[in-house]
Amino acid sequence: MTTVELGKQTPPPAPRPKGEPVLSVRNLAKHFPIRSKGLIRRKVGDVHAVCDVSFDIYDRETVCIVGESGCGKTTTGRLVLNLIPASSGSVVWRGQDLTTISSRGMRPLRRDMQIVFQDPFASLDPRMNVNELVAEPLRIHGQYRGENKGREQVRDLLAQVGLNPEHGSRYAHEFSGGQRQRIGIARALALKPRLLVLDEPVSALDVSIQAGVINLLEDLQEEYGLAFMFISHDLSVIRHIADRVVVMYLGKVVETAEADELFRRPSHPYTQALMSAIPLPDPVKERERKRILLTGDVPSPVSPPSGCRFRTRCPKFANELDNAQREWCVNVEPALEAKFTAHEAACHFASARTDILEVGADMRAVPAELAQWPTGRPSDEQASQPMSCAPEDGAREPIRISDDVTVDAEGELVVEES
Amino acid sequence: MTIDLEVDDTQREADPDALLVVDNLTVSFPTDDGVVQAVRGVSYTVRSGEAMGIVGESGSGKSVSSMAVMGLLPRNARISGSVRFRGQELIGLDEDEYAKLRGNRIAMIFQDPLTSLNPVYTIGFQIAEAVHAHHEVSKQAALERAVELLDIVGIPYPEQRINNYPHELSGGMRQRVVIAIAMANNPDVIIADEPTTALDVTVQAQVLEALETAREETGAALILITHDLGVIAGHAERIAVMYAGKLVETGTTEEVFYRPRMPYTLGLLGSLPRLDKQEHERLTPIKGAPPSLLNLPPGCPFTPRCPIAEDICDRDEPALLAAEGTGHAAACHFRSRVADIDAAEMFGTDAADDAPEVLA
Repeated sequence: MTTVELGKQTPPPAPRPKGEPVLSVRNLAKHFPIRSKGLIRRKVGDVHAVCDVSFDIYDRETVCIVGESGCGKTTTGRLVLNLIPASSGSVVWRGQDLTTISSRGMRPLRRDMQIVFQDPFASLDPRMNVNELVAEPLRIHGQYRGENKGREQVRDLLAQVGLNPEHGSRYAHEFSGGQRQRIGIARALALKPRLLVLDEPVSALDVSIQAGVINLLEDLQEEYGLAFMFISHDLSVIRHIADRVVVMYLGKVVETAEADELFRRPSHPYTQALMSAIPLPDPVKERERKRILLTGDVPSPVSPPSGCRFRTRCPKFANELDNAQREWCVNVEPALEAKFTAHEAACHFASARTDILEVGADMRAVPAELAQWPTGRPSDEQASQPMSCAPEDGAREPIRISDDVTVDAEGELVVEES
Repeated sequence: MTIDLEVDDTQREADPDALLVVDNLTVSFPTDDGVVQAVRGVSYTVRSGEAMGIVGESGSGKSVSSMAVMGLLPRNARISGSVRFRGQELIGLDEDEYAKLRGNRIAMIFQDPLTSLNPVYTIGFQIAEAVHAHHEVSKQAALERAVELLDIVGIPYPEQRINNYPHELSGGMRQRVVIAIAMANNPDVIIADEPTTALDVTVQAQVLEALETAREETGAALILITHDLGVIAGHAERIAVMYAGKLVETGTTEEVFYRPRMPYTLGLLGSLPRLDKQEHERLTPIKGAPPSLLNLPPGCPFTPRCPIAEDICDRDEPALLAAEGTGHAAACHFRSRVADIDAAEMFGTDAADDAPEVLA
């Protein structure tokens, strides 16, 4: 592996709330087996939902996980809460590894870590009224202190999430989507957690209502010092709420940085494409923008591409790199490192761009980084390093990159001489 | 104070470019609980080649109004008003005549490509079918046209792809096939109803690009229906904002985005988190929820959520009126006042939502 020093012009990353992280995720992976049809149900392969994901969450911090459908962001959220067992890796919650803990041992920890689900229509029991819904977690954990005091607790919680406590005897169907999501948040807050996992909490809501829920989450974080793990596909919401962002693609983290830094200087080609694809609600800017269009679709997570998982759709791979450089992408898995910019990006040829959101800005990449890209072909030793989470049989479909270049079944780059 | 003018109907009639004229369109559905007034007097004109956006939240009637234009509403729908396409009245048109227009002069793209494509036929067959329906051509010619269309919407290796079934394609590809079908007969109008809502953003960008190509290729006018103000901003020249079954604001995209004159539009823009704003501003949510379209009370339907509502708003429903000298119209008693207020000032940035909400 080539290690290159940080560029000199790059300022140090913004200060982060220091101390021990409350949650620390290391090399987390989850593979779901695919079974054959019929009686025996042999295992025929794995869906590589999450591969080698690491990040930290500090107190009072909002960490956003962003990516498109199928990138593993929701699975990561469930793994963090130990709702599904991890295949490998560790989730450390204030010094305790959750992946090895018993379900009995997990129970008291659940008070500290709560989840808010995406669909407020599916996550609330239609046969319980709001008082019962919000009291349920308190009862389960033995904190419901008698009918009088307990009622008071529920009323407080409803007031905290901006609902009228008088409406406690109503049922979920009597509320609008935004109000239902508030009930979900009240349930999650009931046990005074330290971490809330928010799985697309505003995606199902209309924009005018979504704004109210976002403001509420900000207020609650301020008031109770909560840490948020906010899972979303919407970069606009993330820019608004995030302290730190983790961008995922096909089960892996491709870029992670403080929110301001990431949006100012996105460095991974996928992050750049994602940002440029978001339509801006501003007619003049929107018409002048140049889009980075990705070709094709996300590959199957059953047999992810060798080397860099994004290379099959990467505009840089297709248009800017020469064949020797492409060998790096095809054969060597890029590590998540802060090589070219002040933050971590998993790309051999990462370079920050500042023109994605600032319309009319300089189109060139930030210079002086180009020299740090790997030169020449990767050595045999580098090329033969095993990929993390490689499929068992190793064979892949050959992919044609251009008229005379293909990647064969072994993942070798083949140039046809004409 | 500017003098407000009623949008002149006779003038609109005379507009030589007017392609589709929707006039006072009203759609209601009788249900067990009463009559649901889904669309309440919508009027707009689409000129040839222009792109018009209709934006609104769920339940605002934006889809129902376009289904009424296409004659696709169920039989129990009560439709009144008029829809004229090139002078021809469409409301009450018999099914045979409608079939000649649909897919030929007016095409439609629906939200979910999996339900708009037939799973048991190849996509080549389905595109060719659209060509056959309106033109006497040989099978071979129709298939060649299918390949050509797939190529235009950016599907790689179209010669092989025509033999694929819809389930073999990804969501973005399917939607591009639907666009290919829509443009097969060079229509005059394409109505796209939430064409990218079910798709990821990078795929959405591809599909919108394909839609723009289809427009360039056919010269068709576009009616783009969406809840996404970002999509509208980049792809529409004029916008109509819908709320509770009515148009509450119309104008050019710039007018509506930069100087909204209806509190609802202002609130909608203020409640959007912005990717292009670096400084952190609080969002300005609109309290409450859209009204039920069953037994709508008199007055402006936005009154319960509106911070500047006065007594008159409870009594009289404001008409969609244009400010003098512009085409920028808003359905608000205080439209001239709204233009100078910003969203945070009007709506505040409070997080509570305790407005009682009892759905019928």
